[in-house]
Amino acid sequence: MASKLLNHLRALYTTNNHSPSHRLSNPKLIFHLPRSFLSVSQSLLHARPYSDAPEPIPTGPPLPEKPPTNGGTTSYKKNVSRASNFSSSLNEAELSKFSAIAETWWDAEGPFKPLHLMNPTRLAFIRSTLCRHFRKDPHCARPFEGLRIVDVGCGGGILSEPLARMGAIVMGIDAVEKNIKIARLHADLDPVTSAIEYHCTTAEKLVEEQREFDAVIALEVIEHVADPAEFCKSLAALTVTSGATVISTINRSVRSYATAIIAAEYLLHWLPKGTHQWSSFLIPEELVLILQRASVTVQEMAGFEYNPLTGRWTLSDNVSVNFIAFGTKNHQ
Amino acid sequence: MPLTQQLTVAIIDSNPALGSGDCIKKDDPPDSRVSTVTPATISLFKDVGAWQYVQQHRHAYFDRMQVWDYTGLGYTRYNAREADKEVLGCVVENKVLHRSLLSCIQNSDFQKTIYPSRLTSMSFSSSSSTIGVGGTSSRTTPYTHGNLAKLELSDGSSLYAKLVVGADGSKSRVRELAGFKTTGWNYSQNAVICTVEHTEENQCAWQRFLPAGPIALLPMGDKFSNIVWTMNPKESSDCKSMSEDDFVKAINHALDYGYGPHPHSRLFGGDIFSWLGADVTSSANECFEVPPKVVKLVSGRMAFPLSLMHANSYASKHVVLIGDAAHTVHPLAGQGVNLGFGDAFSLSRVIAEGIAVGSDIGEVSLLKKYEADRKPANIAMMAVLDGFQKAYSVDFGPLNVLRAAAFHGAHFISPLKKNIISFASGEHKLPLFS
Repeated sequence: MASKLLNHLRALYTTNNHSPSHRLSNPKLIFHLPRSFLSVSQSLLHARPYSDAPEPIPTGPPLPEKPPTNGGTTSYKKNVSRASNFSSSLNEAELSKFSAIAETWWDAEGPFKPLHLMNPTRLAFIRSTLCRHFRKDPHCARPFEGLRIVDVGCGGGILSEPLARMGAIVMGIDAVEKNIKIARLHADLDPVTSAIEYHCTTAEKLVEEQREFDAVIALEVIEHVADPAEFCKSLAALTVTSGATVISTINRSVRSYATAIIAAEYLLHWLPKGTHQWSSFLIPEELVLILQRASVTVQEMAGFEYNPLTGRWTLSDNVSVNFIAFGTKNHQ
Repeated sequence: MPLTQQLTVAIIDSNPALGSGDCIKKDDPPDSRVSTVTPATISLFKDVGAWQYVQQHRHAYFDRMQVWDYTGLGYTRYNAREADKEVLGCVVENKVLHRSLLSCIQNSDFQKTIYPSRLTSMSFSSSSSTIGVGGTSSRTTPYTHGNLAKLELSDGSSLYAKLVVGADGSKSRVRELAGFKTTGWNYSQNAVICTVEHTEENQCAWQRFLPAGPIALLPMGDKFSNIVWTMNPKESSDCKSMSEDDFVKAINHALDYGYGPHPHSRLFGGDIFSWLGADVTSSANECFEVPPKVVKLVSGRMAFPLSLMHANSYASKHVVLIGDAAHTVHPLAGQGVNLGFGDAFSLSRVIAEGIAVGSDIGEVSLLKKYEADRKPANIAMMAVLDGFQKAYSVDFGPLNVLRAAAFHGAHFISPLKKNIISFASGEHKLPLFS
């Protein structure tokens, strides 16, 4: 299904590519999305609407026709009833799930093993897209020198630390206090990473504080939030104009059901059972759409493919399971 | 390599040659220890800018090699031209390799310190044990050496490192301290090593398989050659104690009519292989030659026990093993040092890849990439060399004929010969599976 969709997308892409400046420059690795993509994906979504998933989406409301008026604090999961400091798009059940395994963040053989394995590949995408966008030298050891980056949903800091080593001024935020404690302790083990600022807060809170960053990165987070559209709006609000927003997640496809849930959680026990709710996954078109509505234009997208023989992840153009999108904040 | 340039490097080595700024003089007596570096290693040396220093000293390229055995049934001559190469390898004295690499790092502008000392202990304060959820979340924890290996040296100093590279040889202290397990066996053979002189310059590498093991005569330049002679421990102690004249006689005997006749070029003949439809190689027409006579011993005689050893793992958190610390092989093809340099360059590539994506260079998941890259190559070479050693440890008529047939095959079948040369040159491809 996913590959068919992708092919469909590509077919649409080639026929709709009116603008010669958005050529498919590197079809093997990353496909660039044309400006016309939005209209394409809308028509695509029309044929296969958001709500047309096999199961209704319990956590997120259908994509609103127009943005809610009091940006960021309206639509949340109904069962967010416990006293939470955060009026945000967070999902309480998801928070307690992560809190339970927080201590194992830095155990490369533990529950977060897949993330550790995937991390270099995610960072390779971030490195290449951000270096190109911010015109940084990709051949130096600290290309992100001077860039302010926020890692939303930083967990134990497994993305924040490499970003800091690459020279960025990093803030890591996570709604789970335990994660922030782990991240702080671990980052303090190395003088380079001890400069990372960690806060137990949410993207929405930072928006309220009117914080802005050159790049906003939220990897493997959006599938755990109650309201992806609201979440994207917060990310966009944190991004400076012409800044970068990077999101990675899992596609809602048959293949992702088979690999991310059946294989990773039940057969290989890579992830604790119940880590992911398949129905809350977004397909790439949905992500592009909700980001566009938040005035972030997706420029590049890539898939991650796992090779079980080498145990390594590589970037590919197959977005049927794990994928990552790089977008830029539009001028307003 | 700009990505690794920002790393601070400490070299811990008690070898006095490292500290002394002595240059090697042209008329210094040749070293008794040499290495045969393959074209692959030469190109790696060129990449880092170390080969120019080797070229300033004595070194000897060779483009021909003759391998034969004591049964007189077969021989093989290899010529670099058959594999479209200029040379088969280059013989360089170990002190020249050391000095060249040292000059190379001294003239490069990364931060390095040489500690003329030995490693006495190594400890890791496990980061997982220091992390508890009960800890404070604010930044009250000062930077500690939590995520580093602590090394204590024999001169009483200590240092901290993200990554410790065990490049300290077959008796590696790093390997022992880090608790890497090894697999291996002794060959109950010793290698007797020395440098000899001829009346004229030797330009070919020679290797003859004798009942107790191979003897190799390697050109070193300036009329010198190096001898690597494998024999049983009893014979090796005899060789070390006999007079120099007797020893020179023993060498000449072993490289000529000793233990058996010269092979006849046409005993099996090219005819046997011509019906296979194989190309008869150009060097197949080259006749058997007798190596140049040794006239004088110019260095001491050293004897080393031979063993095969392989570390079950090359990488753990903060520690990797390279070279002989990770694997020792039979010296019969001079491949040990080349495997070691292959390891070093693979590791530097993996570290650069890690730095590109902001990895901690002591992370196991990164270091395992190096292991995955090198283990198959090292094991393949170890298996080939061990097989060779085993094939020659039995003196049994039919087996001798079989070996001779293999020699003829290697001599006359061009694609096989080309593959053997490529494999021995450091291109990672097994001879039979091209």
